[in-house]
Amino acid sequence: MSERERGDGTMATEHIVKAYDDELKQLSNMISRMGGLAENQVATAIEAVVRRDNDAAIETIESDEKVDQLEHEVDQFCVRLLALRQPMAGDLRRIIGALKIASDLERIADYGANVAKRALQLNQIKPIKPVYAIPRMGKLAQEMIKDVLDSYAEGDVEKALDVWHRDEEVDEMYTSLFRELLTYMMEDPRNITACTHLLFIAKNIERVGDHATNIAETIHFLVVGGPFSHGRRRTHDGTVTIGLDIDADSS
Amino acid sequence: MANTQLQDADPRDGAVSSRPAARRTKMAARDVNVFYGDTHALKGVDLDVYEHEVTAFIGPSGCGKSTLLRCLNRMNDMIEGCRVSGEMTLDGRDIYSRDIDVVQLRAEIGMVFQKPNPFPKSIYDNVAYGPRIHGLARTKSDLDEIVLTSLEKTGLLDEVHDRLDQPGTGLSGGQQQRLCIARAIAVSPKVILMDEPCSALDPIATARIEELIDELRENYTIVIVTHNMQQAARVSQRTAFFHLGSLIEMDETEQVFTSPKNEHTQGYITGRYG
Repeated sequence: MSERERGDGTMATEHIVKAYDDELKQLSNMISRMGGLAENQVATAIEAVVRRDNDAAIETIESDEKVDQLEHEVDQFCVRLLALRQPMAGDLRRIIGALKIASDLERIADYGANVAKRALQLNQIKPIKPVYAIPRMGKLAQEMIKDVLDSYAEGDVEKALDVWHRDEEVDEMYTSLFRELLTYMMEDPRNITACTHLLFIAKNIERVGDHATNIAETIHFLVVGGPFSHGRRRTHDGTVTIGLDIDADSS
Repeated sequence: MANTQLQDADPRDGAVSSRPAARRTKMAARDVNVFYGDTHALKGVDLDVYEHEVTAFIGPSGCGKSTLLRCLNRMNDMIEGCRVSGEMTLDGRDIYSRDIDVVQLRAEIGMVFQKPNPFPKSIYDNVAYGPRIHGLARTKSDLDEIVLTSLEKTGLLDEVHDRLDQPGTGLSGGQQQRLCIARAIAVSPKVILMDEPCSALDPIATARIEELIDELRENYTIVIVTHNMQQAARVSQRTAFFHLGSLIEMDETEQVFTSPKNEHTQGYITGRYG
């Protein structure tokens, strides 16, 4: 047998039942379409913040429904495939993977909508300087989504793992922006409203990165068949401690 | 605290490993080759069947899985032109050694076939047949005990207790198959070999047999050949995939059906290959 296992866990040769192949292809297309939408949601949301563009913000908020709808369709389609095809091995992983990825993409789009809602608030008040960090952070997160979607389409684990590692950069940017915003707020309490909105925006973008890494892990599972084992990169949930530390530093 | 990060923990740790602890090899095959005349039907197979587990053999028709199953209780002895080489053991004892009593061996390693094949005798006599020829019961009440317990273990007793004297062939297909299993366990085997035991049964009867297989595992070791991969996935702990006379892959059933290591296995179980 000459078939080669392709990256996405499928094999180059086709199923004996052709309709099954068509359905699996359709599933991949649905995920790609959903991914494109989610990516776009994040992009327009960040535009809305950077250009103080209310129209873009409203568009983002309204489009969120489309992604939700697609996720619902993916769910239904997967349930149908599971019931009717009784998938095994690579096919099974592909369907389970699609379910998980769809749910991550839906969350990513939600974060986009959240950012857009904050943008509407921010646009009503005076701009503050730290907003400069948002497009950089947003760009990183967007690239992560784009690359992870490419790696899904190509079944490229290396690329997926590369995305996984890049999340650290987004996290670091978030941390440093957090510090900067704290300083701003301490300098002038009138900045607190804007800074808080920005902080939430940054947090949402940071979460987008996390979901992109989830997708990268799912792709690893799809292709390789096992979970991605990794050393913990971060010490988590240091929010309170850091806040106190910074207080201590600045006093 | 310079490098402390602020992100919430994402719950993505916690690998699951469910490998059973100590396992004991009940039967083993080492470099087993089988020839039917000039046809090399089984090529250098090495495998272990663990005690109190269900081992499933899967693979396309003609892959050698039934051949291997039949070697496990020397059913191939009866096929003319069939030659077996290599070593096969039960509890470490060579089952092809000269001093093995084949009749006794087949009592220790029972077999259930694709089509239910009760003897044209009463239900009682079907089950009593083995214990009688092997002299397992000294008295009538001993024999009754064996027959009833065996029927009980297969869940058949409730259904047939009032008609033990009726012909076994009068039962439904699923009941007949359970009768055959009762007949096999009446001689207290160590291993039960099953060759497509459900392929002639409807889904409900199949489910009963599968449930029975799971219960029997506690006291016996089971090897099952099946074309139904979902069945292999449902009933077995380990699965062996055969192709063109070779053992391609053998692993935990869960592993084989979620992430087979071999591309032939993957092709076969996902329906790309047959």
